[in-house]
Amino acid sequence: MTAPDILVLYAHPAPQRSPVNRRLAEAARALPNVALQDLYELYPDFDIDPERERALLAQARLVVFLHPIRWYGMPSILKEWMDVVLRPGWAYSNGSGDGEGALRGKACWLVTTTGSGPEAYQAGGMHGHPFDAFVLPIRQSARLCGMDWLAPLIMHGAFAASEAAVDAHVHEFARRLAGYAASPILPPAEARHGA
Amino acid sequence: MEHSLLLNACVYLGAAVIAVPLSKRLGMGAVLGYLVAGILIGPFGFRLIAEAEDALHFAEFGVVLLLFLIGLELEPSRLWALRRPIFGWGGAQVALVAATLFGAALLLGIGWKLALIAGLGLSLSSTAIALASLEERNLMPTPAGQAGFSILLFQDIAAIPMIAIVPLLGIPDDDPGGNAWIAVLKVVGVLAGLIVGGRFLVRPLLRFIAKTDAREIFTAFALLLVIAISLLMQSVGMSMALGAFMAGVLLADSEYRHALETDLEPFKGLLLGLFFIAVGMSVDFAVFLARPAVVLGLVAGFLLLKTGVLYALSRGFGMARGQHLQFALMLSQGGEFAFVVFGAAAAARVFSAEVASILVVVVALSMVVTPLVLMAHDRLSARRQGARKSDEADAIEPNEDHVIIAGFGRFGQIVGRFLHASGVSLTVLDHDPDQVDVLRRFGFKVFYGDATRADLMRAAGAARARALVVAIDDIEDSLALVDAVRSEYPDLTIFARARNVTHYYQLMDRGVSLIERETFEAAIKLGRSVLTAGLGQSAYRTRQAADKFRKYNLQNVLAVYPYYKDRDTYVSMAKRARDELETMIARDRRAVDDESGHDWD
Repeated sequence: MTAPDILVLYAHPAPQRSPVNRRLAEAARALPNVALQDLYELYPDFDIDPERERALLAQARLVVFLHPIRWYGMPSILKEWMDVVLRPGWAYSNGSGDGEGALRGKACWLVTTTGSGPEAYQAGGMHGHPFDAFVLPIRQSARLCGMDWLAPLIMHGAFAASEAAVDAHVHEFARRLAGYAASPILPPAEARHGA
Repeated sequence: MEHSLLLNACVYLGAAVIAVPLSKRLGMGAVLGYLVAGILIGPFGFRLIAEAEDALHFAEFGVVLLLFLIGLELEPSRLWALRRPIFGWGGAQVALVAATLFGAALLLGIGWKLALIAGLGLSLSSTAIALASLEERNLMPTPAGQAGFSILLFQDIAAIPMIAIVPLLGIPDDDPGGNAWIAVLKVVGVLAGLIVGGRFLVRPLLRFIAKTDAREIFTAFALLLVIAISLLMQSVGMSMALGAFMAGVLLADSEYRHALETDLEPFKGLLLGLFFIAVGMSVDFAVFLARPAVVLGLVAGFLLLKTGVLYALSRGFGMARGQHLQFALMLSQGGEFAFVVFGAAAAARVFSAEVASILVVVVALSMVVTPLVLMAHDRLSARRQGARKSDEADAIEPNEDHVIIAGFGRFGQIVGRFLHASGVSLTVLDHDPDQVDVLRRFGFKVFYGDATRADLMRAAGAARARALVVAIDDIEDSLALVDAVRSEYPDLTIFARARNVTHYYQLMDRGVSLIERETFEAAIKLGRSVLTAGLGQSAYRTRQAADKFRKYNLQNVLAVYPYYKDRDTYVSMAKRARDELETMIARDRRAVDDESGHDWD
């Protein structure tokens, strides 16, 4: 058995009230080669163990951020995780600019859900901006660390999604994770867009 | 007759009630108070009680109860574990002290029989006085306390063969030699009976009586048990105290140990008090006045020799520096068994009644003197300590922003080590000299002594401290310290450990606002573990529940505060608070249940 090369960072403060993320986490946990870190469960007091988290990161080829979007961002524990784990000089080389740290060359994949439907994320919509605008901080963080940014897997309107839609979404997530475990079939977003 | 019994009781209790609090107030301890009370009401004081002998005889039962309770504390396994200190140190103490006294007596030209008996008898210390002194100074958990306890225990055991041997030295009675064998057989028989009976008779009986739920009968049975065993032992020529001690050991691992302890404790306390009073009364000032120089010389010589030997021995016991002399003084007096040994010797005509009464006076006087000497020693060493400290504190001017921790036991240690690790300069006050030594080795500034004393606080640099952590075990001491600091250093912020809610309120009364209940956080943590590791609940949700619980609980504690002094209101308020807690718990659960909707994705 090889060490799991996919690390799923799962952050949900109230999983008992989550119809989608909890099932996504369960699906990921069921796969071999996936290490799932349930951050709220592991660190209820936010006393994150940076050494252990860095060791897991070092083993991984793919790092998955799995969480709902609230207040246009990630749950607070994930931000805390970034603050204490992604130490400058380790996560990226802080001296010479372009990331040469421990995360360089790893892939980063955001898997998230929103309460509002896609129509809310546009100029003039409820949230006023396209969804991509809210993803910018995490995306730039990955870029700073020299990670390959994969196209996010997003489920808008998860709050009101039908049972069948959730099933299909979970299935798709699991399929792509399993596929990545075999070979990196997801091309880096940068490469796909030619940017 | 009954009338005089009640009258006597009235005199004893009255004398104790007046003398003991006065003596404690003057810092002299309870033992000395009892002794003085005895002298005052005795034949050479106000002559309120005529027959000191009877009282002493009756009050010896206090010593018997004391030994029964000591036995109860010592399960056979613990006794076995302590065998080295008990037999090693105890044996060394008795042998060396007896040999020294024996030699000294021979040098004075005293006959060898008398010298031997006096040496043996005087090597024993007073379990009652020494234990009380150790406890009064909180020394029981220290090596000094352990050594003292072990030695006293050995002495109690060693007294038996002494009492047995002494008559052999006397003018032989007409008893034929065969009787000795019968006597030994009797002892063995009684001991065997005690072991078998203790296990197969007494325990079922205790269980049966406990089931009837008649508390006073349980107490009565406990007393009956001790008295009966003591009389039985006495009837085969062993000491009552040793019999009681063995009975205690036999019952030590029974489930009724604690019930027996609590039931007998008050009797023990009162009877021991009576014993001390009787000792005070039995100081025969007529013997003393006949030859004051001889008696005083004997007392002084005896105390000097015994203290010297104990002091030398104590260096081998691994106790803290500066404690050796205190330890030696505590065990230096003659003991209650000495009375018995000398009584037996006089009865066997080893020496005359006059010699016996001189020896008894020497022992009684030594019992009176040692608490005084100890007190003087405490005062002196405290003053020396205080003086040395204030120099030291003055010398180290820059140590300004320090935090004082009063009490470095289980609680204070954690606070202190955490602060130390965080780079805070600390000053620690503790009354356990062992701790003090270890901490000094690690570079802490440590002051040995009673933190509630104002001069110690001054010496510790309270005037330049940033904060004071009151982490003392004892609630009264904690409050006394807070009072003293409030009046002398009103600007010093106090952070206090509360033993319980009432203590919490008493601290609030004194204007302390930064208080932590000592067990609360740990209990909540364990509760969280049960919910998560035990019942598989979500860790984060459990943390939120714990936070909520803590907040409600504290609100509750504060809400009840205004009513706690009025006992009736307090009880009903506490009940109301409990009802409120129930409501709140129910509301908690509803709140959590309400959150089961799908408002998250």
